[in-house]
Amino acid sequence: MELFLQILPQSLLDGLILGMVYAVVALGYTMVYGVLELINFAHSEIFMVGAFAGTETLLFLQSMGYLTGMPAPVALILALFVALIISGSLGMLMERVAYRPLREAPRLVPLISAIGVSFFLQDFVRLVEGLWKNAFYLTSPTLFKSTIPISSTLKLPVKSLVVILAAVAMMLALHLFVSRSKWGKAIRAVAQDRDTSSLMSINVNQVIGLTFFIGAGLGGCAGTLFATQYALINPYVGFILGIKAFTAAVLGGIGNIPGAMVGGILLGVLEAVGAASIGLLTNGVLGAEYKDIIAFVILILVLILKPSGLLGEEVREKV
Amino acid sequence: MIEMLKNNSRTIQMISGWFLAIAPSIIFYLLPQSNWAFILFVVSLFVIYKIKANNIIKGILAAVMLFAVMPAVGLENTYYLDVITQVGIYVSLAIGLNIVVGFAGLLNFGFVAFYAFGAYFYAIFATSQAGNFIPAAIAHFPVSGNWFWLFLIFGALLSGLLGFLLGLPVLRLRGDYLAIVTLGFAEIIRILFNNMDKPINFTNGPKGLSPIQPPEFFGYMLNQPIHFYFIVLVVVILTIIIAKRLDASRIGRAWASIREDELAARSMGIPVVRMKLLAFVIGASFAGAMGVIFAAKQTFIDPSSFGFMESIGILCMVLLGGMGSVSGAVMGAAAVVLLQLNILKEFSDYLGQLSAMGILNIPSQVDPAKYEKMVFGLILILVCIFRPQGILPSKRYLPSWFKNKQENTISPKEEDPDVARS
Repeated sequence: MELFLQILPQSLLDGLILGMVYAVVALGYTMVYGVLELINFAHSEIFMVGAFAGTETLLFLQSMGYLTGMPAPVALILALFVALIISGSLGMLMERVAYRPLREAPRLVPLISAIGVSFFLQDFVRLVEGLWKNAFYLTSPTLFKSTIPISSTLKLPVKSLVVILAAVAMMLALHLFVSRSKWGKAIRAVAQDRDTSSLMSINVNQVIGLTFFIGAGLGGCAGTLFATQYALINPYVGFILGIKAFTAAVLGGIGNIPGAMVGGILLGVLEAVGAASIGLLTNGVLGAEYKDIIAFVILILVLILKPSGLLGEEVREKV
Repeated sequence: MIEMLKNNSRTIQMISGWFLAIAPSIIFYLLPQSNWAFILFVVSLFVIYKIKANNIIKGILAAVMLFAVMPAVGLENTYYLDVITQVGIYVSLAIGLNIVVGFAGLLNFGFVAFYAFGAYFYAIFATSQAGNFIPAAIAHFPVSGNWFWLFLIFGALLSGLLGFLLGLPVLRLRGDYLAIVTLGFAEIIRILFNNMDKPINFTNGPKGLSPIQPPEFFGYMLNQPIHFYFIVLVVVILTIIIAKRLDASRIGRAWASIREDELAARSMGIPVVRMKLLAFVIGASFAGAMGVIFAAKQTFIDPSSFGFMESIGILCMVLLGGMGSVSGAVMGAAAVVLLQLNILKEFSDYLGQLSAMGILNIPSQVDPAKYEKMVFGLILILVCIFRPQGILPSKRYLPSWFKNKQENTISPKEEDPDVARS
């Protein structure tokens, strides 16, 4: 127990950082599900593309020699901006090509094409990177090197603090956008009833495109933040993270934006604490390699016991 | 005149059809090393299926090809025998998944979990692995190859049981949630197999299990490719028959109605959950049986053979051939496996030759054989958008939206608003 209390602060912090990334990615799942009732399976690859776009931007700045000259936050904002534009546009393109023709199809069909997009993008990024650099993994340059000591054992690296702050800022901005702006109102209207909102002179296709742009852009930014935090990325990095972010969205109640934030942070913390304590609980018989199982077990339990999630509303199926 | 031309063209069609059906066998027999002859040979099986002729003649022809020509060539070139055995395993898996996805409309991304379960079930007892947790006083491991047949049956039964236990809680979920839960389940199984080498070594972790005991038939060791070819062939024929009979039965109709409209099916008195469970369990037991065969054929298995990729590959086969269509599943499996094992490989060898001659400069990262995910992805997207009913669509119970799409492509004018909206 004493040992557990010793590792608890560190794992809470780790969980919080990872949870922030989950939360921002989960927003993309939840927004798209809210408007289209579609699990955008390729969102994990949007995240991965964002990670590559942001990291390539930083590497480009580094190779041109600009990186040492400019303040680190400016470089990060530049990278985030590039990731936002590339991932966002990719999200819109994906919707146009792979989902819009299937909007009236049974639910399973767009889900399958989403898997197709996801697989395609993984290898596509690998191909591009392979042709360009003859390697398909990237190491992100370190932007923030210092650490802030919190206590004798616990240190908070500045780069992690930046991840947390940036994620909070993005979530806040999204919340204000959706709840206050006119476009946000349109998104909520389309999520509530697509046909009726089209009668209220809302251009449904535009709104869906915008939703994809925002969700995908945020996912891309989360990818860049992920790359700056964990340094090494490859084209397959999105898959597991995407499923976990989806778990976070389900945990919070899919379709519900605050729910995704809560679910993401909760899942990150549960996972980190669980992974740290699983060895202690079983006296070292089972180790941290079972970490990935935690998220899947949570996913299955939530779906079976409370499919509407923590903050979601119960939806009855209608004839 | 026109009548005569019509008759003539029909004759020409028939002759060319028969030519396409029979010639590849002869070519393949004469050129056992040729890749294209092999592919043509497989294609000709589908030509025979599609040709208009007496079913008995078609059956005899196909039987001659599968039971005589293929083994005869296989004695000279075991590589193609291996490929066609692989095709056979995937045909059975695709038919099993087709029962779940195509007949009953339950999207299952965790199909490979049952395949893995079957493979490990046999592998643990057919290597010395089981000695780690079963004392030598009770039994000695590996068990002799005669047990293979028992394991085949019990592998199917236990996989079915596993499917039952998983299906019981999750089959009440809606379609897309079910897909994600099964995906999670498959990942859990894979992680378990990957890590169950301690505290007690059950699965030997990422190092995998080998050598797995080959099956025996009354003391006769079955360890040649030709033996597995015949085992798989018999199993494939059995699965095809079972799937066809199920589709035509009362159960098959119940599945189709659940797939079309669950609420309506329930109000018609169909025990929805029980029927879904049945589909799930049957699919799982097919996969379990194929897992046992796979383990015996490979003599080595490790968790990396049972990733999410595999599940999607099988889904790709079902979708490409046509959901709910048994012949489609056969075709889809053949097409995807050949694409993976032959065509991509050929293409990559060809590119390798070109760059070796200095015509093209291709980085080693860009090897087409490594990009099967891209190919699968493209197949899934393109089939979903352009031909969601698949290449050989099921004739009887095609899902209504697919049917609608199919009819629309033939005659876009006749659109029934009621059907279009459903």
